[in-house]
Amino acid sequence: MTKLLEWLLGCSLIGMAWGLVTFDLLDLQLPAQYRELAWPMPVYLLVAFGCYSLATVGYRVATFNDCEDAAKELQAQIKEAKAELKKKGLKM
Amino acid sequence: MASRRGNAKTREQSDKYSVLLPTYNERENLPLIVWLLVKYFGESGFNYEIIVIDDGSPDGTLQIAEQLQKIYGADKILLRPRAQKLGLGTAYIHGIKHASGNFVIIMDADLSHHPKFIPQFIEKQKEGGFDLVSGTRYRGDGGVYGWDLRRKLISRGANFISQVLLRPGASDLTGSFRLYKKEVLEKLVEQCVSKGYVFQMEMIVRARQLGYTVGEVPISFVDRVYGESKLGGNEIVSFLKGLLTLFATT
Ligand SMILES: Nc1nc2c(ncn2[C@@H]2O[C@H](COP(=O)(O)OP(=O)(O)OP(=O)(O)O)[C@@H](O)[C@H]2O)c(=O)[nH]1
Ligand SMILES: [Mg+2]
Repeated sequence: MTKLLEWLLGCSLIGMAWGLVTFDLLDLQLPAQYRELAWPMPVYLLVAFGCYSLATVGYRVATFNDCEDAAKELQAQIKEAKAELKKKGLKM
Repeated sequence: MASRRGNAKTREQSDKYSVLLPTYNERENLPLIVWLLVKYFGESGFNYEIIVIDDGSPDGTLQIAEQLQKIYGADKILLRPRAQKLGLGTAYIHGIKHASGNFVIIMDADLSHHPKFIPQFIEKQKEGGFDLVSGTRYRGDGGVYGWDLRRKLISRGANFISQVLLRPGASDLTGSFRLYKKEVLEKLVEQCVSKGYVFQMEMIVRARQLGYTVGEVPISFVDRVYGESKLGGNEIVSFLKGLLTLFATT
């Protein structure tokens, strides 16, 4: 199953559950509170997911390591390499 | 030189690591990356070969590679040039054909991928028997150097979206510093259809799909010092296209 199908399946399951409760499709005589709770659910979910995404990406950007030491080490090694290669007769 | 040879641990030489170095206009970087590879393989004592796949670089990368071959020996440096620029994906395919190791390491020749991590990749692979070990900028001590906020944001954002949509089980999809069992890489290359940038992403997604195990090693990615970026162009658009293609097909 492709990821696309997995998503479609997942979304339609959630959509069905939502429809069942909100419109009482199966005539389960659910209490009115359930319906009231259910109908704005998709919006809540979207907002929650959006916030989660922003927070996660924001946090990860803020904590993205800056590898200063790696850059310095590389610069030093470049010098060393150039000197040694020159000695070995490499003509750039 | 003498002291380095003295330090080298002797290891069981049953495993051999073929490093594929695709180059296009890397005359300044190639000697440095080769020097670093020789240094770290020498110190760790693993058996290796370096395969340089140059695509007719107009800056004379191949001539430099020939000189390096004279310095380090034709058993260590193999030249498998092609006459014209045919792209990174096919460069790997071309290189694998000539690899004699049972493991293949793929990395960029522009010094963004530091050979000091290779011994860690190898240890990791041995530790877990992984089919594939991928370097990751996004976990543990991994990171980048020379990136501004905008680039970090795009990178993290793109990574987040791919994680959500594909759930690939690897934290760095677009990184191209990886170690593969040779037969695994051959199988993957056969299966992968995308070109350029997306190729790396497809490789790791398909790896998971085929049930291969993936290990990860945090790496520091230092932006290229010399030379120009070849991919550039419209990376974001091609990334999104590739992502959606993978989303619909894997
Ligand atoms: N043989 C071959 N090598 C290539 C080709 N295009 C790129 N390369 C090499 O592939 C590696 C990665 O290319 P880069 O230009 O560094 O791409 P990048 O890492 O996404 O871009 P940067 O941000 O500039 O580092 C380098 O070693 C290049 O020399 C090609 O068409 N043929
Ligand atoms: Mg690069």
